[in-house]
Amino acid sequence: MLDRISGLRTVETGSTEAEPTLSVRRLSKSFTNGPCVLSGVDIAIRPGESVALIGANGTGKSTFVRCLLRLIEPNDGDIRMFGLDVRALTSRSLRHLRSRVGFVFQRHNLVLRLSALSNVIHGAQARMSSPGSWYQALAPSRVRDEAMTCLERVSLDGKACARADSLSGGQSQRVAIARMLMQRPEFVIADEPDASLDPRAGEEIMRLLHETARERGLGLLFISHDLEHAIRFSDRIVGLAAGQVALDVRSNNANPTELRKFFAEERP
Amino acid sequence: MTSARFAAATRYPRFEQPSALAFILWVSALAFIVWSLSTTGLSFDRLARGIPAMGGILERMFPPDLDRLDRILASLLVTFQMAVGGCVLGLILSFPLAILAADGISPNSIVRVAARGLIALFRTVPDLVWALFFVIAVGLGPAAGVLAIMVDTIGYAGRFFAEAMEETDKGPREALAAIGASRLGTIMSAVVPNAMPNFIATSLFCVEKATRASVVLGLVGAGGIGIELKVAFDLFDYATAATIILVIFMLVIIVEQVGSTLRRQII
Repeated sequence: MLDRISGLRTVETGSTEAEPTLSVRRLSKSFTNGPCVLSGVDIAIRPGESVALIGANGTGKSTFVRCLLRLIEPNDGDIRMFGLDVRALTSRSLRHLRSRVGFVFQRHNLVLRLSALSNVIHGAQARMSSPGSWYQALAPSRVRDEAMTCLERVSLDGKACARADSLSGGQSQRVAIARMLMQRPEFVIADEPDASLDPRAGEEIMRLLHETARERGLGLLFISHDLEHAIRFSDRIVGLAAGQVALDVRSNNANPTELRKFFAEERP
Repeated sequence: MTSARFAAATRYPRFEQPSALAFILWVSALAFIVWSLSTTGLSFDRLARGIPAMGGILERMFPPDLDRLDRILASLLVTFQMAVGGCVLGLILSFPLAILAADGISPNSIVRVAARGLIALFRTVPDLVWALFFVIAVGLGPAAGVLAIMVDTIGYAGRFFAEAMEETDKGPREALAAIGASRLGTIMSAVVPNAMPNFIATSLFCVEKATRASVVLGLVGAGGIGIELKVAFDLFDYATAATIILVIFMLVIIVEQVGSTLRRQII
């Protein structure tokens, strides 16, 4: 199957000026009594680079991005992030590494009974573990001010006191992005941030993610099923098939019609 | 045709035929129930003879004697204070214990099993037994009652707090773990707010339960109005006993009504 889609495979290998922010080699993961989800994934992301990860359902994209932070433990392979061997980190060092990586989930994962402001303040837990980062009422003024700035960046400063369960899907995802900004990350991972949103809200979210990553010079790895988003908001598109990297193209060389063939070839 | 219908009907019987073991267990259970009733000596004859006696006691209870109402109300206040004090202490202590006992939140399985075991011990031993234990340990009076209610509350609230935390959405927990938040930070920021409605409902039930329990605890010397009730019955002062029963009834009803209103408003 991989041979059949090799026509699209134009892996970039020449740009190695800077050490990659993320370098993954031979990453494998299989679940107990389940099929092998990832079988030898290789990928490298340079500082400031935006990479879209595409692939049909069940090809292991979400498992892959969770393995990068060991939210799911991989079975085999090497993961190096910021020059650190992720699989060799102690739990304390792993927490420190995670604090440097912003993660935006498909289902925003906000605490619904708390205000938007409290949810954004949770991002400060990357660098402080005191009660000041648990709820907005306990937060010091400088933390509240920074959280308000993050909410302002996502145009939701007017909803600071609104409970998360009163926000729309798009607004919730923007609060999740503000929480990520509050974290002051050096690299951003987003697992289908545009899924479960209407086309307009999905595009807004992707543009916001792309712009905030650009203005801070952050590397971005995002999963998307929207091929136009993948092309517009990334420098490179990587496709997973059968648990391996089966496609690696520059976004400016890709077009949706060709990429659709990648999904078509994937179907049994 | 008829035989074919009959065959189809018997292929899907109305009731499942029990296995031999299930049948033996059912018969044994039935036999045990009959044996229990006969051993305890409850019979229609005794009940029939008891009804006139009950009527006699009720006749002597009315009208209730209000002469000692001020002292009875003072004892009732002590009873309620005992319930609230024991309940609040129990709720405070059950919170960390529930964190240790909650699956997926407890630091490790050994701690979880130990915490669950302790909660189970507190819950399975009846509050009256705890009261007897604390009366011996700290002496007669409300302090023993407060401790008994505290332990009983830990047994009840500890279990329900732990279950409420286990049932919370795992998404926010994963989000905070991905941020690099500490375990305590994740619990306080993501688990506790989501479990709060259950915490409040359980806490209000605990206050109601403690109020009812605190009345009985006085019977074994743990302070409050229970001792007044015991003395009234011992002295065959049924009119005073009626007053005590009525004020207890009013207190329990008020606490239950306030609890229901708060539950509706907060949750």
